[in-house]
Amino acid sequence: MVPLSYYLVLSAILFSLGVAGFIFKRNLVTLFMSVELMLNAVNLSFVALSYYFRQLDGQIFVFFVMVVAAAEAAVGLAIIISVFRNRQTLNVDEISRLKL
Amino acid sequence: MLNEYFSSVDLLVLKPAILLTLFAIGVLLTDLMLEPEQKYLNAVMALAGVGFAAYSLGPWPLGLQHQMGMAGADALEAFRGAVIVDSFGIYFMWLFLIAAALSILISIRYLEIEGEHRGEYYAIMLLATVGMMILAIGMDLITLFMGLELMVISIYILTGYLRRDRRSNEAALKYLLLGAFSSGILLYGMSLLYGLSGSTDLRIIASSISQRPAGDPLVLIAVITICGGLFFKIGAVPFHQWLPDAYEGAPHCVTAFMSVGPKAAAFALLIRMFLVPLASVRDVWLPLVIGVAIATMTIGNLAAITQSNVKRMLGYSAISHAGYMLLGIVSGNENGLKGIMIYLMVYAFMNLGAMAVIVAMRRKDIIGDEIDDFAGLVYKSPTAAVLMLIFLLSLAGIPPTAGFIGKYFIFLSLIETGHYGLAVVAVLYVAVSLYYYFQIVTSMFTREATDNVVPALSPGIRLALGVSLAMTLFIGLYPNPIIEVAGNTVASILR
Repeated sequence: MVPLSYYLVLSAILFSLGVAGFIFKRNLVTLFMSVELMLNAVNLSFVALSYYFRQLDGQIFVFFVMVVAAAEAAVGLAIIISVFRNRQTLNVDEISRLKL
Repeated sequence: MLNEYFSSVDLLVLKPAILLTLFAIGVLLTDLMLEPEQKYLNAVMALAGVGFAAYSLGPWPLGLQHQMGMAGADALEAFRGAVIVDSFGIYFMWLFLIAAALSILISIRYLEIEGEHRGEYYAIMLLATVGMMILAIGMDLITLFMGLELMVISIYILTGYLRRDRRSNEAALKYLLLGAFSSGILLYGMSLLYGLSGSTDLRIIASSISQRPAGDPLVLIAVITICGGLFFKIGAVPFHQWLPDAYEGAPHCVTAFMSVGPKAAAFALLIRMFLVPLASVRDVWLPLVIGVAIATMTIGNLAAITQSNVKRMLGYSAISHAGYMLLGIVSGNENGLKGIMIYLMVYAFMNLGAMAVIVAMRRKDIIGDEIDDFAGLVYKSPTAAVLMLIFLLSLAGIPPTAGFIGKYFIFLSLIETGHYGLAVVAVLYVAVSLYYYFQIVTSMFTREATDNVVPALSPGIRLALGVSLAMTLFIGLYPNPIIEVAGNTVASILR
């Protein structure tokens, strides 16, 4: 049987990849996919922990996270489309009318 | 229908939230039947929803507080401990209902001018309020996460509500990306808490964490990720970059709403997390919170000085206010928490008041959120100028306005717990904040008017301004009632 720690380390690696992608990528859709990767990394650790504890709480949490991710993707893509319509670009560096 | 999984208490505690949800759906349906010039009826319906929710919450027959009084219970638990209604939750629910009602009042005319007066706006605002309520009463990680996401996703939509406006688009995009990122980090911390305890109930997590050895690296990572996510939500430095952009780009009335409601909700979550599951590792997060609080006050106050846009300036001032409130967590005693409670309620009135004046400045072809737009306001509309002056004085914390009371308790608690250095820094930054608030005041009172378009005070804005003004002055002059209520609230959370 695969020990719990393998799952948790894999989840941590995936999560870090998501964070790195979010920080270094410049395309809006890629940024969005990085966030999804982070959420799914967390899902993996929830499922593994839930299996380890022999109880369902973690798996139920995963369903809710999926629902939230879907809702966020719906709203996010809608916003990305309206940004694209107004500016014809998906590069975050070019979307900077508001100064940082 | 009621069996071992559901009890009548479950329905009772969620009644305000259920009513708001029903009215949100109702607004969406009736919106289809309204002619364009009747759209204000959507706002009336949304206000009715807030009214019903307030009735089901308050100390009247059928109300939640009344039922709790009848049962002689300090707190009601529902959904097997996933939701707990105590005076803390009730206080915040009142705050959210007030914020929603005042925001709806100031939205009506603004949306008419923008030509975007549709029912979804009010429906989404009500749903955001439901999310905040769940956040204030949740006692379980799953409940809290769902409440948080319901709130923030609704606010993303509201921020980008003006689809054709580039600033609104961009603000929504930045808010959404950074908000989703911070939710991911918070969620990772939650998964660690679950891993440490094998439960999603905050109280079980608290007891598991208190049994871990000191300096456990897993606890450390959990605390850091949770703090990171929470600091993002309240807009504390170094996670504040989204906030000025979101405040500047969002429609004026949405800026008003999100500077008050979601901020208070994020603080409710922060207090809950720090005082229940993370209470035993106070030594770990205390240095973190102190550092973040100082950085937040510094960046917020200093960056606000150079702003020429009033909404952006209020955004930076919101950051600095979050810094002051974090100081209440640092001292962590009764007066500190009481200070945060009072501060949040007072902030709701004074900030919504100031934003209502900015909303009134929005006229045809004038966006009205630059400091230059406020030039000579006193000659055009003395009422608006004087009201703005009072709200700005209150934001700066000058007695006898309400803003003073909130700051007073927080500074008092710092001195009680021996954080003299922090108290001195905080007071110095109050002086800095006076400077940038007075940039608006000098513009209003000493400069010549650049145009002669008088700001339109519609009935809704008048009502919102009246309520904000009355409460700002009332709390400032006679603070005893709110101090007493906040005291009960703190007693319930510290128990």
